[in-house]
Amino acid sequence: MKFVHIFIITSILFSLNSLKADDVKTENEIAKNLRCLICQGQSVYDSDSEFAISLKLVIKNKIQQGMSEEQIYSFLKIKYGEWILYEPEFNKNTYFLWLLPILMFIVGGAIIFKLFIIRKN
Amino acid sequence: MKSKVFPLVLILFFFIIFVIFFKGLKNSNIYTPKTNLEIKVPSFELKSFENNNIISETIFKDDEYYLMNIWASWCIPCREEHEFLMELKKNQKIKLIGFNYKDNFKNAKSFLKDLGNPYDIIVIDEDGTSSIDWGAYGVPESFLIYQNNIIKRFIGPINNDDLLGIQKIIK
Amino acid sequence: MASLIGSYSLGFGLFFSVFIIFFSIRNLRNSEVLDKKIVSFTIIQFFFVIISFLGLILSFINSDFSNETVFNHSHTTKPLFYKISGTWGNHEGSLLLWLLVLTLFISIFLVKSNQQPKKYRIFTLLFQQIIIVGFFIFLIKTSSPFNYIFPTPSEGLGLNPILQDPALAIHPPILYLGYVGSSIIFSSALAAMVTSYVTKEWAKHIKRWVLASWFFLTLGIMLGSIWAYYELGWGGFWFWDPVENVSLMPWFALTTLLHCILVLEKKKILRSWAMILSIATFALSMSGTFLVRSGILNSVHTFANDPERGLFILIFLFTLIFLSIFIFIFFYSEKDKIENSFFWLSKETSILVNNWFMMYFLSVVLIGTIYPIFLEVITANKISVGPPFYNKLILPFLIPFLFVMAIGPQLNWVKSDFKDKFYMIIFLIISFLLSALIIKEFNISFLINTILVTSAFFLFFCTLREFFIKRFKNLSQNIAHFGFSLLILSILFNNIFSNEVITNLKIGETFKSEKFTINFENIEQADEKNFKAITGKFNVKYLDGSSDILNPELRIYNQPNIITSEADIKTNLFTDKFITMNYIQNQEYFNVRYQVKPFMIWIWISVILISFGGFLSFFKKKYEI
Repeated sequence: MKFVHIFIITSILFSLNSLKADDVKTENEIAKNLRCLICQGQSVYDSDSEFAISLKLVIKNKIQQGMSEEQIYSFLKIKYGEWILYEPEFNKNTYFLWLLPILMFIVGGAIIFKLFIIRKN
Repeated sequence: MKSKVFPLVLILFFFIIFVIFFKGLKNSNIYTPKTNLEIKVPSFELKSFENNNIISETIFKDDEYYLMNIWASWCIPCREEHEFLMELKKNQKIKLIGFNYKDNFKNAKSFLKDLGNPYDIIVIDEDGTSSIDWGAYGVPESFLIYQNNIIKRFIGPINNDDLLGIQKIIK
Repeated sequence: MASLIGSYSLGFGLFFSVFIIFFSIRNLRNSEVLDKKIVSFTIIQFFFVIISFLGLILSFINSDFSNETVFNHSHTTKPLFYKISGTWGNHEGSLLLWLLVLTLFISIFLVKSNQQPKKYRIFTLLFQQIIIVGFFIFLIKTSSPFNYIFPTPSEGLGLNPILQDPALAIHPPILYLGYVGSSIIFSSALAAMVTSYVTKEWAKHIKRWVLASWFFLTLGIMLGSIWAYYELGWGGFWFWDPVENVSLMPWFALTTLLHCILVLEKKKILRSWAMILSIATFALSMSGTFLVRSGILNSVHTFANDPERGLFILIFLFTLIFLSIFIFIFFYSEKDKIENSFFWLSKETSILVNNWFMMYFLSVVLIGTIYPIFLEVITANKISVGPPFYNKLILPFLIPFLFVMAIGPQLNWVKSDFKDKFYMIIFLIISFLLSALIIKEFNISFLINTILVTSAFFLFFCTLREFFIKRFKNLSQNIAHFGFSLLILSILFNNIFSNEVITNLKIGETFKSEKFTINFENIEQADEKNFKAITGKFNVKYLDGSSDILNPELRIYNQPNIITSEADIKTNLFTDKFITMNYIQNQEYFNVRYQVKPFMIWIWISVILISFGGFLSFFKKKYEI
């Protein structure tokens, strides 16, 4: 039972986490979520390449124009491909990415759970 | 028997992972965006070298080929590709549009004075934001345009092969 | 000359493997006692590797550019300290370090295992020799640190300036002691399976090796983070970069293994877990080596990008994996397993739950790191998996994990109950009120933060209570868990309360915000040994009247031609003040980034505490729980 409780709580918290995404983020937060194409190991926020500097300006402009975070990500995805986003989207390419660890967690829990159910019987 | 299947499944699993890693070794780990998207020319309004306001629709309206080239005086590979741009200028069927990227006007002018001016029109992208509308991220980059569509994209300096390729397309 | 000796020494070292293997196999059958020659040969092999390593170091010190590695990675103007540490700051040299740790550990193992069964010791040696021979061949054939180039260049290509840092100098050796040291656990586990020695005695024996490896791995990872924080200039210490993940994955496996061994030492359960984790830890280390050196991943700090080397490691790695699977399937038997008759509320269960969560965390990091490779091979799409992915999948699960970590050690073996656990409810309420207060006070109305902080506080209070009630009983476990609660608390508070300002300033200009003003006073230029320094002087004044002078630097190196930005960091117990400045092309102003980062030093202190727990456990004579 303890495990069922734990699981329910964690899944609720997990979903609450994605609720936050609807809040308004500053341009810094967006820049932190983007990958610089010139210095490919850095975020656009951290990078000082010309591209990053210009891109930060673009983000600022788009926010002033009233674009939402999602819209800005979509815009950049069209221009540069999914690679530029640090957070992988949840689409048919990435179902396994997001779900496999959770699946393994559930399977692991089920095995432990079974251990005790069998014991009781 | 369950105990016979399990090791086989395990070995098969790791074998598949091995094959995938093996194939992955060949892929480059540097990312370059896909260049095969046929998209419309983004609209822009920028100042030209002669200090006029230029709107993109006025440039790309004719039934001709255009090569939009992003360049800067501080960009070393731009020097290397310049001779090919000068060569391309000789061709009547294509107009060259220069996008001067995050540059100093004096330096840009003397760059062109030294190496020649292949461009029919030059616009200034002072802060680099217009280049982002094109999906560009560095210098030099070039876009071959026809009927308001981008039909070929070059990331990095244009070399001789690229030049021949362009000349073939616009024939 | 030094390179020549080093090169021959390497060859001799490989040659000795033949002797070692031959005499070991013979000794399996011919006597009851371990042949002393085997131990001697193993130690001699270690000495050959040391000589080889020293040969490389000397070549670096002497700037012997006829050695290709020295030419590629060094320069006459480099300070001596970095000439030496440059030895292992490159692919070939670091592989020599691998061999050094591999041969060192097996030598110590043989010398300190006289009480152990002969066959077990020999098989451990044999399996370790497979790894050692593999690395010798890899080194000599594809990555020799002693390649000769002619004519001798007069100057080298220089070492990347960001590698010229004290933390980076000691990070690889310490990390490798843990990372490579897990090879002994691997070999030992395989040997234990082959000789039917997966018992409490084996656990008792291998425990100190697990502790040693874990201790160094924990510290090694911390040193890497410290280097990233002080040197790289973005003010962060963990980026979920593939190379960072690659060091973290063995840590998850090793920590889980540590817990299983501590249990196995007393009870005959979790044997399969111990075997699988022993194999997995080193397999993850090897996979990490593959990912980082083959060029298959895109990262700021990968080594040489050479697919040929990558192929070798890949084949080597999978050979070891298949060998392990083979041995596990054919030699390991569960038939004499004592039935696991423990109650759901017991210490055994909490260890199982620990394993469960740790394996989940491991799978998140593993899948996140290698998924882009898989996706690209299968669909030719390139995606990125960055911090948001890891944060989203790990943070929520930390909450129950911290709770179990707090409650677990309080439970009895086999069966426990809720009597005398009233204090837990008190702690829970206090933790919740405390975190709600803190979060509310600073206006961050985010539910998950509150609950995370609550769970961390809960662990904090529970372990704190243990210090007072139980005193020296379970001290090492307590310190380690307490350190972990401190780590989570420091990271959370650092994250929540960090403040950052980015602005463009010309010399003489001032930036004003509600809490402080930053005045860019002037810059100074200076010439150092291998770079020119441009140092900015910034005066930061706070509301309470205090002020700081901060001096970030721009360094213009001559060889290679790179500009780096060095942060100035003022550290005290409560907060770090972090400033960097960057030169902007074509402009007269500098881009200035100023950060206030509370509790940074506590992050390092807590990791040191965690390792200290392991350190204490290593020297414990009796076990207790």
